[in-house]
Amino acid sequence: MTSALINVPAKAKRGDIIEIKTLMSHIMETGYRHTATGEVVPRDIITSFACRYNGTEIFRADLFPAIAANPFITFFTTATASGKFEFEWIGDNGFSETASASITVE
Amino acid sequence: MRLAGLIALSALLAVDAAGAEIPQAERRSGYSFMAPDTRAMQDDDTTNPGMLWVLDGEKLWARRTGVTNKACADCHQDARASMKGVAAHYPAYDKALGRPVDLEQRINLCRTDQQQATPLPYESRELLALTAFVAQQSRGAAIEPGSDPQLAPFVAKGRELFMQRQGQLNLGCTNCHDENWDKRLAGSAITQGHPTGYPLYRLEWQSLGSLQRRLRACMTGIRAQAYDYGAPELVELELYLMSRAKGMRLEAPAIRP
Amino acid sequence: MQHKDSTRRQFLGLAGGAAVLGAVPIVTIRPSEATPAELASAIRSVTNGAQVRTGKVKLDVPPLVENGNTVPLTVNVASPMAPEDHVRSIHIFNEKNPQPNIGNFHLGPHSGRAQVSTRIRLADSQKIVAIARLSDGSFWSATADVVVTLAACTDEVI
Repeated sequence: MTSALINVPAKAKRGDIIEIKTLMSHIMETGYRHTATGEVVPRDIITSFACRYNGTEIFRADLFPAIAANPFITFFTTATASGKFEFEWIGDNGFSETASASITVE
Repeated sequence: MRLAGLIALSALLAVDAAGAEIPQAERRSGYSFMAPDTRAMQDDDTTNPGMLWVLDGEKLWARRTGVTNKACADCHQDARASMKGVAAHYPAYDKALGRPVDLEQRINLCRTDQQQATPLPYESRELLALTAFVAQQSRGAAIEPGSDPQLAPFVAKGRELFMQRQGQLNLGCTNCHDENWDKRLAGSAITQGHPTGYPLYRLEWQSLGSLQRRLRACMTGIRAQAYDYGAPELVELELYLMSRAKGMRLEAPAIRP
Repeated sequence: MQHKDSTRRQFLGLAGGAAVLGAVPIVTIRPSEATPAELASAIRSVTNGAQVRTGKVKLDVPPLVENGNTVPLTVNVASPMAPEDHVRSIHIFNEKNPQPNIGNFHLGPHSGRAQVSTRIRLADSQKIVAIARLSDGSFWSATADVVVTLAACTDEVI
């Protein structure tokens, strides 16, 4: 069961600098932990996050095991046109999730 | 370091004081003991990771399951109306069982009796999600347990457990959470132990967890054997804690360190 | 001490004590720390040996954190974020986790503001380094020292 929590302002004025906040459900297992019997718990992390605004990539992040579980990433962009933000998280073991949010720019 | 903390705890609590309960006016939520950054994480739903479970719970609320192929929503409709304030009254007395049940158990009773589905395991993502979604509908509501007189003996049992010394460190809940709540243990604030935000997201757990998980961690901390999930003793403790926090506001899903 | 009707097993002296400890698997093998050489190497892989100057970058992380598993962090770089002068990327490193990298964040002039926030893990009290790569090819950095306090009562299972 996976959920993403995206916060993008519903409306903005052209040229406004807006903040985008994202939270994604993920354990971010580091690969450095051991069970009581000494076995390594295999790494299982999100390795890449990207955001596209009307098709153009505006932000990208490479994540490492030091990013806390349920990755929280916020960043800024300039509101240029009404449309859609698309978010994509890619990780170990074939993890791939997307989410989107729309904005009206006046 | 952890052991050093426990030794310090033992030394701190070596003087045996009679269980002095916290006066009403001095009661404080665990929230007030937190650093500003941690409070900020709870204050904003767009940054509170507990909301990921609430979102999952909202989906599960509407999902049909079990032999009867019913969803929670088929009986209870919109949780925003039907579940408002409900979590503030739990654990509640179940007449059929003749004992109190907590919110997780109530959800599972609904599953087995109404939906005819298998109960969800304690601490499973699904059970935490549904509990978080239901509890969130009571955010801001004042805790008001124990209106059923049949609960009284169970509250008393819970209180007895809270006061009772146990484990290799021979400590009771009261020794930390009534008598030493304004002090620190290793790097952590000792709080008053009010269950105002459950299920809650602990930074340590990096996950949402139930009050029973927290109680079990406390028991492990004092080197006592924790009761199994669902044990009547844990529900009695939950019930006593809620009666002790009567009137305080629910914060679910809260953040704690 | 025990309730007569307790559902908890009775505590049976030493043998029981061992069982109690055995029931709580705890990490006994500590992962090795990244060495200063690994941190330097990770930074070099971003800068390609170019000079890194102090300034322009503001690294906001609490000096004393309540739990090293989830530490809020914000990096802000003073920049006009114009096509001719902007931040291309922000790189965050640590000194003592098993691995020196934390995250790389790629921006552009459209970002408007060169600022990112995330939550990180710190295995121990240590130094954090943030490095910004600007559009003119220069590198700027800031460092912060974080003290990680230890939780008292934990139920970490793995």
